[in-house]
Amino acid sequence: MSFHPQMPYGTPQWHRSERVLADEGPPFAFTPENRQKLEEIASHYPPERRVSAVLPALYLVQEQQTHLTGNAMAHVAEVIGCSRAHVEDVASYYVMFFTKPVGKYVLQVCRTLACALNGAEHVTAELCRQLGVAPGGTDAAGEFTVMEMECLGACDRAPVVMVNNEHWHECQSPEAIQALIRDLREKGVAALTGCHHTKE
Amino acid sequence: MRLPEPVLTPHVKKPHGHTLEHYLQTGGYQALRKALALTPDQVIEQVKQSGLRGRGGAGFPTGMKWGFVPKDSPKPKYLCVNADESEPGTFKDHVLMERNPHLLFEGCVIACRSIGAKVAYIYIRGEFYHVQRVLEAELEKARAAGYVGKNILGSGVDCDIWVHRGAGAYEAGEESALLESLEGKRAQPRLRPPFPAVVGLYGCPTIINNVETICNVPVIFDRGAEWFASIGPEKNTGPKLYCISGHVARPGVYETSMDVTLRELIYDYAGGIPGGRALKAVIPGGSSVNVLTPEALDAQASFDGLVKAGSMLGSAAIMVMDETTDMVWAATNLIHFYKHESCGKCTPCREGSDWMHKVLQKILRGEGSMRDIDLLLGIANNIGGKTLCPFGDAEIAPVVGMLQHFRGEFEHYVREGRSLVPLAPWRAREPAGAHAH
Repeated sequence: MSFHPQMPYGTPQWHRSERVLADEGPPFAFTPENRQKLEEIASHYPPERRVSAVLPALYLVQEQQTHLTGNAMAHVAEVIGCSRAHVEDVASYYVMFFTKPVGKYVLQVCRTLACALNGAEHVTAELCRQLGVAPGGTDAAGEFTVMEMECLGACDRAPVVMVNNEHWHECQSPEAIQALIRDLREKGVAALTGCHHTKE
Repeated sequence: MRLPEPVLTPHVKKPHGHTLEHYLQTGGYQALRKALALTPDQVIEQVKQSGLRGRGGAGFPTGMKWGFVPKDSPKPKYLCVNADESEPGTFKDHVLMERNPHLLFEGCVIACRSIGAKVAYIYIRGEFYHVQRVLEAELEKARAAGYVGKNILGSGVDCDIWVHRGAGAYEAGEESALLESLEGKRAQPRLRPPFPAVVGLYGCPTIINNVETICNVPVIFDRGAEWFASIGPEKNTGPKLYCISGHVARPGVYETSMDVTLRELIYDYAGGIPGGRALKAVIPGGSSVNVLTPEALDAQASFDGLVKAGSMLGSAAIMVMDETTDMVWAATNLIHFYKHESCGKCTPCREGSDWMHKVLQKILRGEGSMRDIDLLLGIANNIGGKTLCPFGDAEIAPVVGMLQHFRGEFEHYVREGRSLVPLAPWRAREPAGAHAH
């Protein structure tokens, strides 16, 4: 309980300091290819510190099956050599790991000051309106998930949207949203602008 | 003197400007040869003489930091490059890594050798997937050419560099939390002392430097410590990258020296405020520093100059807000960030950020009272200086700073139930996330 007269402790909303348990899901094992990738990454750390590779291992799970499940985290614990509780603890903390099913395209709109000063509120509102979802929700077809995220570090090309944790889509406006959704359906992530630094 | 030409970012707009071939053509890896000809102690002495201060936020002298590594320790030593770059408004390290990665590698090897480390980890934030790809491809080339890896340039020095990608946590930019994350744990800070230079990664002596700091190291050996020390004002030496965003015509990364003023940066470099609107407020060093008003525009944008003006240089992320900005809303936006990013280890920070957000939302809804304004300051007073890491001090800056300069806007909300400024066109009347958070 709180000792403050007006303020209760904790909120009904999720906080990263809490642990999230994912559904068990189907049986999981890394493909031989991903397992090999993981061993290569683990070789960057001292042999007795394999647990350093837990974040890359969780990324590999998401590459293989879009989101984390209990069975996947148990498998990661086994191949890394730590407890399942440790993997779950780490996975709950970092926002780029999805412990619930997400759509084929996860659209994350930056909401922090520099993007907000350039109209990020309109971009999120328009995405939600056209897809008929609330922030954090997935559309009926399981195609798009809309999320808000905190500063992405692309403040000079605001507002910015990140898709599937990997692809940036910069200088957005509410007017461009219809085309973005259409192009993603037709061309996939190739429709995105990417990060302008990579443009030559 | 003013920096005559960019030295960290001269080729960022050129096609293939980031490749090893281009780097070698433009005199790359010559600084490494010069540094390898010196003893490690001489290298540290040169860095001290250059006056280089850490570019991550605190401005700690780099040479002195390197000198803290115990020389007689039998343990392995590590260099960690802090490339988490999560401070709202900051995007300079991204440009350096993506468009000039070999400068970073060259700096890493010089730094590793001077502190006796054989491994460097570059900790990039999770959202930098494309940066990881560039870094790893160029690292592969540098390894094959003998600039990174075993027996570098035949000198007998070994130094390997690995890229480690985080997964979405602002707190990982705090040095001890970065080490925790690199060890495969939650990014939560450690109690200090012992400091990382003595007990750091895997319990071994570790130096943690920002990307821009490390990128300045080859410049010192390329042009000489004396040249470096002659750039910019005394004690604020060397080239500096500024990230300018918000309500400006040409947002972006600009390289100059720290004798520049905020006014020059906003109006000359970034082209001023579009539409001829008036400037209302500027955050000069990322969201964790105090906001400044137009009266402070002639302050020197240096570590010491901005402290004198009542703020900090921080990560040199300049966020510009014009007259259409509702400052109560801006404070709420930033507090939401801190509430979301608090790692949760220290109660004052975890609960306090949520409390401040609740109070600010109440004021925004027009339901606040004058007592709530004082309550905000009371909560802030119970967070600042009472947490394991500087996050607590950072999260109160937006509230305390905004209240210091714009208390009238908060009081107007309380009295009239609405904002002093009309709803700006760039804001949604009903933001989609307003009820979900």
